[in-house]
Amino acid sequence: MVENRPVLSFLTHAVLIFGVAFLCFPVWMALVASTHEGSELTRAPLPVWFGDQGVVNYTRLIGEGIPAVGGVPLGRMLWNSFVMAIGISVGKIVISLMSAYAFVYFRFPGRMIFFWLIFITLMLPVEVRILPTYDVVARLGMLNSHSGLIVPLIASATATFLFRQFFLTIPDELVEAARIDRAGPIRFFWDILLPLSKTNIAALFIILFIYGWNQYLWPFLITTDTDLYTIVMGIQRMVNSESRPIWDAIMGTAILAMIPPVIVVLAMQRLFVKGLVESEK
Amino acid sequence: MQKRVVFRNRWLPYLLVAPQIAVTLVFFIWPAYRALETSLFIEDAFGFSRQFVGLDNFAALWANPAYLASFGRTVMFGLSVTAISMGMALALAVAANRVIHTASTYRTLLIWPYAVAPAIAGVLWFFMMNPTVGIVAYWLEQWFGYDWNHYVNGNQALLMVIIAAAWKQVSYNFLFFLAGLQSIPKSLIEAAAIDRAGPVRRFWSIVFPLLAPTTFFLLVVNLVYAFFDTFAIIHATTNGGPADSTSILIYRVFSTGFLGQDYGSSAAQSVILMVLVVGMTIVQFRYIDRRVNY
Repeated sequence: MVENRPVLSFLTHAVLIFGVAFLCFPVWMALVASTHEGSELTRAPLPVWFGDQGVVNYTRLIGEGIPAVGGVPLGRMLWNSFVMAIGISVGKIVISLMSAYAFVYFRFPGRMIFFWLIFITLMLPVEVRILPTYDVVARLGMLNSHSGLIVPLIASATATFLFRQFFLTIPDELVEAARIDRAGPIRFFWDILLPLSKTNIAALFIILFIYGWNQYLWPFLITTDTDLYTIVMGIQRMVNSESRPIWDAIMGTAILAMIPPVIVVLAMQRLFVKGLVESEK
Repeated sequence: MQKRVVFRNRWLPYLLVAPQIAVTLVFFIWPAYRALETSLFIEDAFGFSRQFVGLDNFAALWANPAYLASFGRTVMFGLSVTAISMGMALALAVAANRVIHTASTYRTLLIWPYAVAPAIAGVLWFFMMNPTVGIVAYWLEQWFGYDWNHYVNGNQALLMVIIAAAWKQVSYNFLFFLAGLQSIPKSLIEAAAIDRAGPVRRFWSIVFPLLAPTTFFLLVVNLVYAFFDTFAIIHATTNGGPADSTSILIYRVFSTGFLGQDYGSSAAQSVILMVLVVGMTIVQFRYIDRRVNY
């Protein structure tokens, strides 16, 4: 702040409070709705304060699910989402670390070709090649499996570039020292490179966890088995069901679906900001 | 691009890149090639026979008023989402950059929607605006006598998905604008203040031009987000309706291929979108190159 202007200060806080209200209000309404009995949510105006059905609603959702839409317990869906998110983020980090290491620390024929092959994947989001990718997965017999949910999504140009960029900033002297001490490439990777990359790995993990958790189209296409539904995609069946939407259950599901990623972001805010700003540039 | 000192090993580097390359070839390059190939054929719905038709699928799209209308809507949708979310984010970032004591509290309260899945964001607004129970629809009715029903009114449905898509993207833009603002040297602002430039003048003459790289970067990212990542918002709520009014290009690829079973046309639409992404990625990288140089 350069000079003191009370009017401007007032305006500043007004803007921020309006922004916070705009972002938080939908979640507030969802939270409130999820604690009422379904019959109270059939007609406007809706209550804006909590009801007393919260515990009942959430226990039923997590343990039994909603019979009208298949009755898959949300506990199951949350577990599937968790497996998928962890699988995708760990998978992306592992294979990207490996290939970035190869690109930076080795000279081998075909290096540039491989590099460009990976680079191209930046331009091919799942959404634009849905049908043929689905076809490939179907032929490999990976429909309705956790590996089908995870493996096709673990190639990552962004992560590879990020690690490559980071490896390039590590002083050459470390390699020389390692070689003098007769440490081979694998030893160097484990004992020197990996410990140095810890912060970067953690920051990237947050971004990738959110990416994996929030996948929608992919699980929607390749899982027809209700035991494999993920929560972000499962909510769609409730919204578009034949009967009238059961709002208390839908909003409860929405809340449960956003809790894990939101907690990750809030608990690791500093790392999250670092991961976001660096992985995008 | 590479270290001066490297390890020597004949097979290890290949082993290291193998998993990434395998996944890329099987799940990215091959399907993309298949999409290109399929776009040149007409296939019957059962996959028994297919016929080479050259660019007919593309010509058919060009001649299809529904597709062209969808193109126009997508541009409208993309520009609206980008304008709303970037405008709000910029205002919030400027404000958050000005407060001192409560800055981190505000930041915490503003960044969490980044973690909310697009599908969930769509469902939240779908609930808020629902004509029978939604609180926003109720307020519109009570205070303005405005009849909101996105089940029948296409423009209202489009507005609903625009708001949901923009809502989710505000925090992302906010973080980047804030980082951009914090990198502007304080001395420039102070010098301007000494020259008696007011806050508004300072913003437009100094802060905004210096933010240009961030703004441009976000412009591309937001358009890509609006064109591709918003599929979930639309699929989870309006399903492209009513009467195609919210079926943007990415939704059409899906509905033509999976629901309509017209593989040739769906593949042709995929190819058009791929060209679009490639173009945008090139624009983005050219800009990054230039920024690194200056």
